[in-house]
Amino acid sequence: MASLQSLDVVARSATTTPTPSVRQVPQVAKLIDESKCIGCKACQVACMNWNDLRDEVGTNIGVYDNPSDLTPSSWTVMKFFEVESKESPLEWLIRKDGCMHCEDPGCLKACPSPGAIVKYANGIVDFISENCIGCGYCVKGCPFDVPRISQKDNKAYKCTLCSDRVAVGLEPACVKTCPTGAIVYGPKDDMVSYGIKRSKELQERGFRNAGLYNPEGVGGTHVMYVMKHADRPALVDLPANPTVSPLVSLWKGAAKPLAMLGMLGAATAAFFHYMKVGPIEDKDDEDKVVEANGAPGPSSAPRGSSVSSAPTGRG
Amino acid sequence: MSKLIRRYADSDRMNHWLIALFFVLAGLSGLAFFHPGLFFLSHLFGGGSWARILHPFLGVLMALCFLVLFLRLWKDNVITDADREWRKHMGEMFRGNKEAMPPVGKYNYGQKAVFWLMSGSLLVLFITGFLFWRPFFAPNFGIDLQRVGALLHAVAAVVLVISTIVHVYAAIWVKGTTRAMTRGTVTDSWARRNHPLWHAEAGGEQR
Repeated sequence: MASLQSLDVVARSATTTPTPSVRQVPQVAKLIDESKCIGCKACQVACMNWNDLRDEVGTNIGVYDNPSDLTPSSWTVMKFFEVESKESPLEWLIRKDGCMHCEDPGCLKACPSPGAIVKYANGIVDFISENCIGCGYCVKGCPFDVPRISQKDNKAYKCTLCSDRVAVGLEPACVKTCPTGAIVYGPKDDMVSYGIKRSKELQERGFRNAGLYNPEGVGGTHVMYVMKHADRPALVDLPANPTVSPLVSLWKGAAKPLAMLGMLGAATAAFFHYMKVGPIEDKDDEDKVVEANGAPGPSSAPRGSSVSSAPTGRG
Repeated sequence: MSKLIRRYADSDRMNHWLIALFFVLAGLSGLAFFHPGLFFLSHLFGGGSWARILHPFLGVLMALCFLVLFLRLWKDNVITDADREWRKHMGEMFRGNKEAMPPVGKYNYGQKAVFWLMSGSLLVLFITGFLFWRPFFAPNFGIDLQRVGALLHAVAAVVLVISTIVHVYAAIWVKGTTRAMTRGTVTDSWARRNHPLWHAEAGGEQR
């Protein structure tokens, strides 16, 4: 997606100066209510329709998931989970998978290409594909395993939260199409309070552990879930406490300034060492050059004639 | 006229300069991804995507050439008790007091340390590079392995760059050294001053 909101970029990959962020806009969020989802996949259809994407026809893997996972041209996928427990012999949980639009996006932190990933003031994290170089660092940065890199063009793709629709005041395509109102969209604060309200309703109806999934480890997300079992997000294949991997934080955090300091420091130290101590010179040679005075110096001695056949030190 | 002593065969020298060439190319293309302030280096290679495509190939070529150098020189770089003795006097060396140093053979402790740092960091770079080499090898490895690989790759690269800064500076600092690689020979007096034991072995002039 090209950047359509260039005035309100609050974070930009591989950029060390402030981004154009003069425009103030409210933070937005999409709230997905698992308890209202009927698994109709209208959101998947709306997504491919609005973004004009058609995935390859794949194979059925024995469950309703189709395609079986996110792909470069399927930015959202319904995931179906059959859960057996003491309380209920079978519970069918359905989760709409896709980018979570983290407040602290690991993909953006890891990306080495300036402006290939941006975060807008409204919270949407967007891939600016024309700047993508295909390195796959975003995949390593993501705590949710969302970005997919195309085999065709080596560019990374994911849900844009319909940044192009949102930029002109429309709601995301999946929200617009959802027939049960399981997907809603609005200011983040409103969505959080609505999510908490819905969770309480579910708790009253017997889902004691119902709650809102808005993980703090990534600063909260701009795609949130109302979950029937918020105590066990693993039931729907979500991490309980997602964070950007400490390996990535170290690699793209402390390592960068330390390494720059080390490399520049070594070169600078060498320069000043030379200026202070001076070179270790071959004094004998100097004498000879002075003595020779006009005759060819040692460095221009004819090759071969005076070159001894020294062992080069290997067998 | 001072006698010249052969220090490197022509094949060794050409291989050394191939490594140097690939080091510069792989280094510049790699640094472009390491720090945003260095991304402009990718333009030397035709932009970010081209730098990403070329970097691993340049790195593998460097590692393969270095392997040849390693196999030919590792025996000369085994660290001995004499080297440990030399290491104790390194402060004198840095102060430019060459005379205070114990006599050394073909390589002194500093040179050997650089050799092993370079060998080690290149091995790490070579192995970890495959873990996240897109699109060919990365899909075979789990995400955590790729994260570890990327971090170690960056750390090893920094070790290699700093070792190379030391290596290049030492060659500039100790006059008469560079010609060992540019001409293949060194002067008799250079060998006697800097590598007296090797000088004797190599049949230098006796005084």
